[in-house]
Amino acid sequence: MDMATKIPGALVAVLVGVAGAILLFWVLNKLVEMLPSALETRLKPYAFLLPAIAVIGTLLIYPAITTIYASLLNDDSTVFVGLKNYVRLFGSDTFLSALINNLMWIVIVPATVVVIGLLVAVLTDRMSPTKEKVAKSVIFLPMAISLVGASTIWRFVYAYMPDKNHQIGLINGILVALGGEPQAWLQITTLRFNTILLMVAYIWTQAGFAMVLLSAAIKSVPEDTIEAGRIDGASEVAVFFRIVVPQAWPTVVTVFITVLIGVMKVFDIVYAMTNGNFDTDVIGNAFFNAMYFSGDRGAASAIVVILMIAIVPIMVYQVRQFRAQEQSR
Amino acid sequence: MTMTTADDTTREVVVKRKSGRGVGKAGKAGWLVESAVLILCLLWLVPTVGLFITSVRYADAANQSGWWMWIANPLAVTMENYKEVLTGGPNPMGLAFVNSVTVAVPSTVIPILMAAFAAYTFTFMEFRGRDTLFVIVVGLLVVPNQVAMVPLSVLFQNWGLNGSFVAVWLAHTGFGMPLAVYILRNFMASLPRSVIESAKVDGASHFQTFWRLIVPMSVPALASFAIFQFLWVWNDLLVSLIFLGPGENQVMTMALAQMLGDRGQGWQLLTAGAFLTMTLPIIVFVSLQRYFVRGLMSGAVKG
Repeated sequence: MDMATKIPGALVAVLVGVAGAILLFWVLNKLVEMLPSALETRLKPYAFLLPAIAVIGTLLIYPAITTIYASLLNDDSTVFVGLKNYVRLFGSDTFLSALINNLMWIVIVPATVVVIGLLVAVLTDRMSPTKEKVAKSVIFLPMAISLVGASTIWRFVYAYMPDKNHQIGLINGILVALGGEPQAWLQITTLRFNTILLMVAYIWTQAGFAMVLLSAAIKSVPEDTIEAGRIDGASEVAVFFRIVVPQAWPTVVTVFITVLIGVMKVFDIVYAMTNGNFDTDVIGNAFFNAMYFSGDRGAASAIVVILMIAIVPIMVYQVRQFRAQEQSR
Repeated sequence: MTMTTADDTTREVVVKRKSGRGVGKAGKAGWLVESAVLILCLLWLVPTVGLFITSVRYADAANQSGWWMWIANPLAVTMENYKEVLTGGPNPMGLAFVNSVTVAVPSTVIPILMAAFAAYTFTFMEFRGRDTLFVIVVGLLVVPNQVAMVPLSVLFQNWGLNGSFVAVWLAHTGFGMPLAVYILRNFMASLPRSVIESAKVDGASHFQTFWRLIVPMSVPALASFAIFQFLWVWNDLLVSLIFLGPGENQVMTMALAQMLGDRGQGWQLLTAGAFLTMTLPIIVFVSLQRYFVRGLMSGAVKG
């Protein structure tokens, strides 16, 4: 299809989609207003909630529950197989390797993102406002880039050419200039070094997020608590770790958990950089391959249930935090 | 999660203005701090600069020498790579751009509309089950989208929607809904109650109060969620891969991922393709960064 026919079609599609949603509300409101007034006041909240609740119910909760059931069925969801999918997954070296990689991502990435974010936030805080703004924008910008875009950028940085003198990747270029041998970086499986290289790309996209939140937290630490520390003779480092960090701690936790959730389901970076080859697979990518290429709904669902179980503690924490916050409102 | 509300965000800004700068002594950074920041900035900037330079080099140069060699012959630049990527091949990037817009606009507008109504109801109306329902929304914030994908693709298949834009709109609407309701409700809860009470006294219906009072007052929160969701949808790969699939409807991220998988296309085309996928989100991001940051502050945790 060429552009001339595509654009009008796309416009019509967008208009129909948006207009349909608006119409839905108009009709709902009219329907409720036709009811007797006593019933109207009681039903109106539910009518206003209906679209959102229906969407969440059909597109999130219902599928999430059926996923659990589908994980107990065979590849095309026709025969009940019990826990066979789980047994098969935990007996498979490739899946266990993916789990190990996920564990590495979980241990390394959120902490590193927080540290880099905190570092940039603290250092730029000491610079002139203009310099601070420029530096923060530079670190923040990769947040706008898709993870596929970031994968392209970093695959190019790691690029390897067999011919020693024609390196186009930045790292091999520097290495050769210093008299070293070029390396196929993304294929180095020793100590899962290539997985760490994938993490670098991910950290590069997330550090800006951490920086923005932590910077705001640091700036809202009351000046007098810091002055009090200085008057008591505390060094700048002590002031930072004993006074600033404790007061910014809730934000540190927020950033850590947000990155943690992202890392647990990481997919794009691995898919686009190695597609899980060379021991870099993760459960997000294993899920996609099971569902899309093997067409194995049972295994794909089981992988997702394992992921979900790992997320449950975070969910409990989230709800508790919310409740505590509501009480202080 | 510490859930900062829009209220807190404004308070933070106020605190910032009052006390000047929190920790450091502004402008008193030594050369050590300045060079550390400079090095970090270079690390963050150089990979993207390399990508851009390669995208305007000729094929031979791009695939035989490092992009830094461009400096030796800075006039040897071409726009041919962009032309080739935008129009060449059966499913060119130009088409994918139109598809990405077609996916992203309704996937942003529809959830906002639904969530705004829901958020209003949660904030200003009394009904049974209100707190339980909202706690479910909060819990769903952290649920990974993958959890819903297998049954959803079966559902969409039964409805004959797989591969259509409608399927992706629905999926993005569902996946974005908890965050939308959450952000908007937290914002609305920070609005002054008295305004709403007086509207009630004046005899305004909920529908009128919503459109004439709450929506105009909630513009900052609506904008921050809109930007958040737009960027998220534009940059998404997984949802499009599963519900659109490759072919004439594929979006830009899919087109780029496919180029990466194919190889042999040459780095001059790959880098041009990557840069094209980045342009619109970067423009949106840079021009509306203020709202985006506010969205982040209001507890933007997306599962």
